[in-house]
Amino acid sequence: MNAAVADRVRKVPGSRERAGDRLFRLIITAFAGIILFAAAALAWQLTRESLGTWKAFGASFLWTSTWDPVNDVFGALPFLYGTAVSSILALLIAVPLGVGAAVFLTELAPKNVAEGLMFAIELLAAVPSVILGLMGIFILVPAMRWAGAPYGVGMLTAGLILALMILPYITTITREVLLTVPRPLKEAMYALGATRWEVVRGVSLPFARSGIIGAVFLSLGRALGETMAVTMVIGNTPRIDFNVLQPGYSMAAVIANELAEAASDAHLSALVAIGLALMGVTVVVNGAARLMIYRLGKRA
Amino acid sequence: MTTTMDMRPMPLPAETTASKDAAEAKIAMSVRNLKAGYAGGAPVLKGVNLEIREKTVTAIIGPSGCGKSTLIRCLNRMHEAIPGATADGEILIGGRNALELDPVVLRRAVGMVFQRPNPFPTMSIAQNVAAGLTLNGVHDRAILAEAVEKSLRRAALWDEVKDKLDAPGVGLSGGQQQRLCIARALAVEPAILLLDEPCSALDPIATGRIEELLIQIKEQLTVVIVTHNMQQAARVSEYTVFMLMGEMVEYGLTRKMFTQPVDKRTEDYITGRFG
Repeated sequence: MNAAVADRVRKVPGSRERAGDRLFRLIITAFAGIILFAAAALAWQLTRESLGTWKAFGASFLWTSTWDPVNDVFGALPFLYGTAVSSILALLIAVPLGVGAAVFLTELAPKNVAEGLMFAIELLAAVPSVILGLMGIFILVPAMRWAGAPYGVGMLTAGLILALMILPYITTITREVLLTVPRPLKEAMYALGATRWEVVRGVSLPFARSGIIGAVFLSLGRALGETMAVTMVIGNTPRIDFNVLQPGYSMAAVIANELAEAASDAHLSALVAIGLALMGVTVVVNGAARLMIYRLGKRA
Repeated sequence: MTTTMDMRPMPLPAETTASKDAAEAKIAMSVRNLKAGYAGGAPVLKGVNLEIREKTVTAIIGPSGCGKSTLIRCLNRMHEAIPGATADGEILIGGRNALELDPVVLRRAVGMVFQRPNPFPTMSIAQNVAAGLTLNGVHDRAILAEAVEKSLRRAALWDEVKDKLDAPGVGLSGGQQQRLCIARALAVEPAILLLDEPCSALDPIATGRIEELLIQIKEQLTVVIVTHNMQQAARVSEYTVFMLMGEMVEYGLTRKMFTQPVDKRTEDYITGRFG
């Protein structure tokens, strides 16, 4: 390399930019670190604040069902049960509806109809949950009472509201996955003399399966943690009743209702313990959802 | 290779060009004045007339964009699977116009193999072959197993996969996958098998296997193959259709077309002057 070239290379403005790059990298790494730190701090705080409960009741806190703040006896089972049942009811209602809507949008609806409907569905996802809760109180609760639920409020009412909330997620994600089904695969099925329904059942849905499962898990995570709308319509009764028309309670709802009024440290600690359990469940559910979606991405 | 012939009037394909062999061969499908296109585009097929003879291999050749894939996709109405596609004219099969039949019924009689192998990714080898039968409501295991073996044998794939019928179909090599797709199409016992450039994604050895297989299966059914490879047309087909700009330029016996093409444009194409 001759001297002139070496000189020019040396003169390339670089060292200053490189320092800027380093600073930039440092800053964005710190930003990313804050997210991790916040999550870790949250888990630590919840654990610390709930230690009293875990010491007093041990793991049996999770499977006893007495909730008696007056005598400081706490068991979280009715809330676990209520959260699980209302969420499962929501999935049972929303999954068939959402998948069906997605199939309609991708396979049957004319393009402009599909786009209009998608807009409406995405709008539904943007409705604040307190508004859905109000709608529940004014419309769904009287309707449920008319349909035979003794109080109107109850597990099924909460499940219906939750179903409405997660429907957009299931529909949107399922539609996106269905749109990735390769055309040649569908054509192969059509060429065998399949009807549209047979192509959906034989090719599209199996291909989209893991994506749909991912959507279901994401929605489940959402339903488990939903607080406001559920609190408004579930009935807030810490009791395990296998009749879904009866009122119940959920983990998120009891925290929202009782935290401000918790009189004793034990009561507060028990509420935080429920919070920790809820966070654990939603982390696991969301992790499972991510894993499914990740696997799907790898295959496609 | 060939000498330019005088510009004599182009013979009507069915009557003259192939008359000696055509006399005894029955017509499996006849295309009358077929026009087809896509939404918002210029017509792709501008009135094609064609007669496809039973139990022969007919090759459709022509440069890219000439409409050969559109033509073959019209024959089992896969063309209409594309939104906005239009087709007009007559495709007579068994005395009825295919364009007025229920496409589902038509496609069970006119099978298709595509450019890229497309086995169903969620199904095993056996399930792939049986897919068309299970669609038709066949669920008896013995019948399915028998049909799977028969179809795989006809597609010259049986010996290679007989020990792994439950393995996923997408785990096979490209050539095997394409033969799997042929087996899948044969399993429903179609009268006509359409192949749209079936070897374009395959290596020469895999291509050779498929060509041998086509020559064997034409004993039992009618084969129509689109190919951009003229040697392939020469090797496997009895009849060749030459398409250009959405029109059928020439149609006749393959050996005749490749040695004494009637139309100047055919000659230019097969001698490699364009395309």
